[in-house]
Amino acid sequence: MKNSAFGHFWRRYHIGTFLLLIPGAALMIFPFFWMALSAFKTSADVYQYPPKWLPSSFKWDNFAAVFSTIPFLRFYLNSIITSVVQTFLIIMISIMGGFALTKLDFPGRSKIYTFMESSMYVPEVVTMIPLFLLVSSVGLVDSYAGIILPQLSSAFTTILLMSFFSSIPNDLLDAAKIDGCGYYAILFKIVVPNSRTAISTAALFSFLGAWRSYMWPLIVTNSVQLRTLPIGLKYLVQETSSEYQVMMAASLMAIVPILIVYILAEKEFVQSITLTGLKS
Amino acid sequence: MYYRKFSKNGKRYETAQLRTAAVMLTPLMLTLIFLFVIPVILVILMSFTNWSLTTPVRTFVGLKNYNFVFNDSRFWKSLGNTLLYSAIKLTLDTSLALLVAVALDRHVPGQRFFRIAYFAPVVVPIAASSLIWIWFYDPRIGPLNQILAAIGLPQSQWLYSDKTALLSIILFSVWKGLGYNVILFLAGLQGIPNSYIEAAQIDGATPRQSFFKVKLPLLTPVTSFVITMGIINCLKVFTEVNVMTPQGGPLNSTLLIVAYIYDQSFTRGKMGRGAATSLILFFIILAFTLLERRVGRKTVSYD
Repeated sequence: MKNSAFGHFWRRYHIGTFLLLIPGAALMIFPFFWMALSAFKTSADVYQYPPKWLPSSFKWDNFAAVFSTIPFLRFYLNSIITSVVQTFLIIMISIMGGFALTKLDFPGRSKIYTFMESSMYVPEVVTMIPLFLLVSSVGLVDSYAGIILPQLSSAFTTILLMSFFSSIPNDLLDAAKIDGCGYYAILFKIVVPNSRTAISTAALFSFLGAWRSYMWPLIVTNSVQLRTLPIGLKYLVQETSSEYQVMMAASLMAIVPILIVYILAEKEFVQSITLTGLKS
Repeated sequence: MYYRKFSKNGKRYETAQLRTAAVMLTPLMLTLIFLFVIPVILVILMSFTNWSLTTPVRTFVGLKNYNFVFNDSRFWKSLGNTLLYSAIKLTLDTSLALLVAVALDRHVPGQRFFRIAYFAPVVVPIAASSLIWIWFYDPRIGPLNQILAAIGLPQSQWLYSDKTALLSIILFSVWKGLGYNVILFLAGLQGIPNSYIEAAQIDGATPRQSFFKVKLPLLTPVTSFVITMGIINCLKVFTEVNVMTPQGGPLNSTLLIVAYIYDQSFTRGKMGRGAATSLILFFIILAFTLLERRVGRKTVSYD
């Protein structure tokens, strides 16, 4: 086989590796296919033995059942509002803080940096108990502010942005200063437009974190109306009691938008992992 | 321009810069004070009191909470579960991720598809994908048992037996997290200069040798990062165990340490005990973080 055309093709295109990757990839995406197909099944389809892989007909009943069982749109809206506001605030805090720490000269700069860096050593589990007391003492339990404010930790994104800001040449900023630009103009007219990629990576990272956030929203929300999507899905398990087809419809609606965004912006997702992962 | 003199080392600072820096750092400093400094002080204080979620009592009790936790069999059970979870999950996760990354590092057809497929479980909310797996694990009508039955293998109780519940959670976690480490390993492999591999080939190294003798040692920084971050993240796992086994699983078999803290603080309302346990966990995590720094410094560099 070594010298045959087939052998050449086999090695040139790594067909062996390709064939090894196929079953793994199938296992990875099988749950999504199972979910998508099952969202259309009837209760009878689900309980049938031997199992049915395809639904007997494509009807939207399970989706209607989701909306009648739980205020699903409200959960969606809650997730969108809290994630968008949270991302926006974190990015603003990080842009300003990162700019001051890289491009401005003031006493105690490195001390502030070390202080900020040390905050990343304390995991969320440790601060959630005192934060809950703080939030409840100011009456913010069960409110958007109560969900958003305690999750505004910005040390990580600030450090990420700083590594990009510091690569912008100081000459460029000095030239702008001579032209009469104030520091705010320098930040928003020169530094921010020049770091668009870095800022969108940081924003994507924060948004994903907020969208998937689970423990804090679980702790700080009591009323059904304020649940975010992940919390709503958690309680759906109890509320539907093994009506898997309804659970799959809800899960499908929660997963599809983020999956589409991911497939369209795959490069940025990967970048947000490699930058945030390997930089630290 | 206006300069203000600072006595310490005689360095001059521009007033406008100082004012701008103060304004721009205020939001960041506020988040650090309210989300880091105050909570850390509070959690330490709380761990020495009998602070309760439901009643206003909060008196100083000394080391009573720590005493309780260290004598609580559920705490040790949760710590043991967490270590078992971490050991099995990391072994499976790291070796599979390395394998997939090495495969993807070659010019295989459909690389973009494979990358998307392996990474897709990482991006979806854990609560949503957990729902799919709850059904997979259903002993009566779950597809896993139906497949096992179809090929004549014994069925399992999955999440409903204390022997298999933790393993079921681990399988889910590996599925969910694999892509993340694949991306990190792949970035590491692609960061290795081609000239190194070519040099090895010129010296007569077989592909196997150039992988084990050149690539793998050069990958050590990524590997040590993946492993230590993996341990730290395993210690913090909560979402999937809370969604799939809200009560801690059969005989507390899926009660992990964070779930124990959550249970003490918010289900039983014993905030003091929860605070004490979270500090214990903090020191365990800190130990691993410092270890990573130590190991990280000694590893191979590309230069």
